Amino acid sequence: MAGGFVYNAIDQTEVATAEIYGKAIADIMQKDPRVVAITADLAKSTKLGDVLKTCPERVINVGIAEQDMFGVAAGMARAGCIPFLSGFSAFTSMRACDQLHTDICYQNVNAKIIATHSGTSFGQAGSTHHAIVDLAITRAMPNLTVIVPADGFETANAVNAAYENVGPYYIRINRGFDRVLYDNMDYGFEVGKAVELHEGTDATIIACGSCVFQAREAAKFLENADGLKVRVLNMHTIKPIDKDAIVKAVMDTRRIITVEDHSTIGGLGSAVAEVMAQAGKGCAFKMLGHPDKFAPIGLQEDIMSEVGIDSNGIIAAVRELMKMDFEEDDNWDDEF
Amino acid sequence: MSLTKQEWLALEKKAHELRKLCLQTTQWAGSGHIGGGLSVLDLLTVLYYKYLNIKVEDPQWEDRDRFILSKGHAAIAYAPVLCDKGFNDPEMLKTFNLSGSKMGMHLDSNKVVGVDASTGSLGHGCSIAAGTALAARILGKDYLTYVVTGDGELGEGSNWEAFMTMNHYELSNCIVFIDRNHCMIDGPTEEVMKLEPLADKMKAFGFNTVTVNGNHIDELCDAIDAAIARSKEKCAPSCIIMDTLKGAGIKDIAGDYHCHYMALDDDTFARYNKQLDEDYAERVARVEKEAK
Repeated sequence: MAGGFVYNAIDQTEVATAEIYGKAIADIMQKDPRVVAITADLAKSTKLGDVLKTCPERVINVGIAEQDMFGVAAGMARAGCIPFLSGFSAFTSMRACDQLHTDICYQNVNAKIIATHSGTSFGQAGSTHHAIVDLAITRAMPNLTVIVPADGFETANAVNAAYENVGPYYIRINRGFDRVLYDNMDYGFEVGKAVELHEGTDATIIACGSCVFQAREAAKFLENADGLKVRVLNMHTIKPIDKDAIVKAVMDTRRIITVEDHSTIGGLGSAVAEVMAQAGKGCAFKMLGHPDKFAPIGLQEDIMSEVGIDSNGIIAAVRELMKMDFEEDDNWDDEF
Repeated sequence: MSLTKQEWLALEKKAHELRKLCLQTTQWAGSGHIGGGLSVLDLLTVLYYKYLNIKVEDPQWEDRDRFILSKGHAAIAYAPVLCDKGFNDPEMLKTFNLSGSKMGMHLDSNKVVGVDASTGSLGHGCSIAAGTALAARILGKDYLTYVVTGDGELGEGSNWEAFMTMNHYELSNCIVFIDRNHCMIDGPTEEVMKLEPLADKMKAFGFNTVTVNGNHIDELCDAIDAAIARSKEKCAPSCIIMDTLKGAGIKDIAGDYHCHYMALDDDTFARYNKQLDEDYAERVARVEKEAK
């Protein structure tokens, strides 16, 4: 396990995911004077309360000015600081897109972006505050590592990994509480390596972020109700994506469903499809996510249900996919 | 007056050499942003040959002063300076803007030695400069950060975000130059998008603001000396508005917004070279008259 920052199960259930970021960054800043936290009037929302108490001189608030936040971070990083920027995903990916592209990624600086309130986790705020295109944007940025943690433990692991590795990171976390997936931080988190949460050979669900818990619940249900063995992969790293795990899932299970709280254009599903297509190993495939339209307004769980990225939606999609007849042999030449 | 006659003449000579090299680079490249390059060449000269605390043998020296060319298209003037200083092989200038070169139209800080920030998309440099200056405070360094932005570039709102940050954090260790050449691609600034009263705007944003002739080396040095003196204390940031001519030094194009980006044929190149020599003679005469 990387890093020395350990959170227990009580933290996980009593502390919102962004607060775990707040604790992780506070720990890092205590031990490394090069680390700074930068925010655009969202110190409270992005849970910088602890560092405001312990290292206030290293919390830079630029006001409501995301473009400036990214430029300031790039300047600080080139001068030897390790800036962690935190803001809402919608604005870190879109309002400051040019600065992310040019100041952070083109210059390949050691800056870490903590993009909170991702997907539809701030669902009631409406489409201005939904981030359902940010993975499409950030995934295309050269040099940028993109991680979508599935719960608080994974957020702590991702923040530690971002600190320990040089280069720009985009870590996309949710507003509020995430459903608990892991018992602790010690499950073998590694950037770029998917985590198998449920074994299976009938189909594979590849999910990220808030959809991972839903995918695992769906797999448990399908095993009990339908006798299906469904593999669940937590694809926490969107870039660089775990190509081996995807190709293995194609070969082993011949059916893949991707699930994400993001547009089906350009996100996790697209990334998986690109790997499959380039490997020349196709299989039955379905992408769950937001269709090519803005998401409805409401609580995240209601939106996820309506869009079909909750466990019910995933179960229905797996059942539909199981109706597709794929050969079980190893002869790929007659699949198409 | 901060310069001795000898210093002033030496800087004029260097500025002249660099203007010639800028013109030559434009010819090698086939075309280039010669207008906006020439308007800031006097500033580049005084910074790189008088003020910047840098080490050519150690370009990444962590205590060095930083310079950020927010108007990244002036690279056609900046690249000759970085080569002449010894950061890069002058032969590279012959590849400027050509396929496969490390020197593109806008310089890449990861490819061209001595460049502190990759710029080109306008309106980015001031925020990077603010971050660089903030980092000095946090890391306990006393280096200075210099940034130059174009005047038309100020249409990008991100500049004003950066100015608010510089003011809020009292970044007197950051000196902002505005290249007020009054020209944009589509015409004079006041016709395309009104900027005046620019000095009042900068003052309203909290800057200690002065306006100087940016193509007058001694005036520039006076303003920089004052800004450096102010940098010793944490206080309002400094802004030096440089009244300049786009295409400065070449009579045919000086002050004309059409010289933003030009291709040069051989006859034009020769004529502009001659005009640079004539301009240099006038500048030397001015030094003789004004210097003490």
